[in-house]
Amino acid sequence: MESALPLHERSVGWRKWVLRFPSILYLGLMILVPLIVIIQDGLSEGIAELVYQVSLPIAKHAIQLTLWTSALMTLINAVMGLITAYVLVRFEFPGKRLLNAIIDLPLAIPTLVTGVMLVMLYGPQEALGQFLSTKMGIEVIFAPPGIVLALLFISFPFVVRNIQPVLQDLDLTQERAAETLGANSWQTFWRIVFPALVLPVINGSLLSFSRAIGEFGAVVVVAGNIPLRTQTAAVYTLGAVESQNRLGASAVSILLISIAFLVLLMTNLIQKKWGAH
Amino acid sequence: MDKAKKGWGAWLLIGIAVTYMGFLIVAPISALIVGAFEEGLLPVIKSLTTTAFRQALSLSIRIALLVVIIQTVLGTMVAWVIVRHNFLGKSLLNGIIDVPFAVSPVVVGYMLLLLFGRNGFLFPLIEKTGVQVAFAVPGMFLATLFVSLPFMIREMIPVIQNLDRQQELAASTLGANGWVIFWRVIFPQLRSGLIYGMTLTLARALGEFGAVLVIGGGVQGRTETTTLYIFRSLEERRLIEAYSASILLGSFSVIIVYLADALKRHQMTRNALGVIEDSFTAKLKIE
Repeated sequence: MESALPLHERSVGWRKWVLRFPSILYLGLMILVPLIVIIQDGLSEGIAELVYQVSLPIAKHAIQLTLWTSALMTLINAVMGLITAYVLVRFEFPGKRLLNAIIDLPLAIPTLVTGVMLVMLYGPQEALGQFLSTKMGIEVIFAPPGIVLALLFISFPFVVRNIQPVLQDLDLTQERAAETLGANSWQTFWRIVFPALVLPVINGSLLSFSRAIGEFGAVVVVAGNIPLRTQTAAVYTLGAVESQNRLGASAVSILLISIAFLVLLMTNLIQKKWGAH
Repeated sequence: MDKAKKGWGAWLLIGIAVTYMGFLIVAPISALIVGAFEEGLLPVIKSLTTTAFRQALSLSIRIALLVVIIQTVLGTMVAWVIVRHNFLGKSLLNGIIDVPFAVSPVVVGYMLLLLFGRNGFLFPLIEKTGVQVAFAVPGMFLATLFVSLPFMIREMIPVIQNLDRQQELAASTLGANGWVIFWRVIFPQLRSGLIYGMTLTLARALGEFGAVLVIGGGVQGRTETTTLYIFRSLEERRLIEAYSASILLGSFSVIIVYLADALKRHQMTRNALGVIEDSFTAKLKIE
């Protein structure tokens, strides 16, 4: 059995550990140790203290703001991501290549720069920002709409890039058959195409949600740091760290990590349960 | 797909997608470019030649390059172990790779403070060795290492999975040892994946903000990276400086990622063509 392997892989015993041990050590030290330390620190005063810390008015507001803006972003991102991916795969039109290239821009642009860009577009001193606030009564910067916009920007690629390959591989004969049998394009979409896309849409949406609840760079510039109004959970954590509020910082951090892990776990479970066939 | 059948519904969807991306992505980018160059090129150049900016940029580059080197070596190794080895706890190892994607950058910085700060768990060690980690460059380096950890590994895992094992086997049969096989047979197949992974890591490292803010403190001239310089410029209302640095950092990241992407595509088409060519010549030989 062993001799079927190339010579350099027939190594036994300690030689395997030359690569394996440093790999385990690297990931263990880099990822597990910090996680264990923060969980230990947050639970050191007991669960009750942790619950108390996250239910303090300012912390609670920050967490709620983070959750609802992230949820709203996820909803919009799911719908618009689906439309964009569908258009990019199924239709030919001038400028399509350019559009396809733009999708990944948010992944390359540092999130702090994203925040700067949004302030320059919607800021109270800018033309568009002034127009929106005086003529339409909509405040974007230093208000929740700005947070949602920032989150939409940074997570736009997640849904689109999850759907695109699935849509590309989708068997066109089924759609043709449905059309031949007299289904209109709406019926074909809802009965044939959409069921195949549910999984990637959910996947991309959950991914963008878990990414959004921890977002800091884009949000801190756009939302500012106004407790009980525009302070998100990540910004609250920064404030708690700076004011030596160790219990508060640890409690909110643990909550953020737990939610993100739960969402990732859900993604994995969904993938395992329905992704196989 | 069918050009003839594209009715008003299709055009409506195209219009929605184009408008949405224009307003969400193109408009803010244009606003940054227009705003930064509002008073011409000269103020931008002037603000990019100040000592404070140069120091910040140089610190960013130093941290990012070191992170890229370490991530390239260790990331490739981890990917290799995950693809080629089988051992107890491998799935756990595979599962924790994505953890940095899920942890807020602020929390990353805070975790490192808990480890290396004044009341930190490893503080006794720091006192003994005298190496300052919290509010110093080593801490910022560790933070950047943490946030950029998944990129190289996730890029290399499929590349290593797709390696042609026949070639390794052949080289081995011809008497090549492990090193020779790695450098002559395996490495050439890894190259384009390595470059892409390095580029993503570099872009992520240069753009990191929250984690280095918390662990480094952002002291000008000492622990201030480019992003921290942008943030301080914004807070001190030196807008042109913030905008100029943002443009430089943003365009640099975008350019390197797109170049690496183009290179990867080029390599992929070449590989695909190579496969077709091979099968073609093989077929000729059989016939």
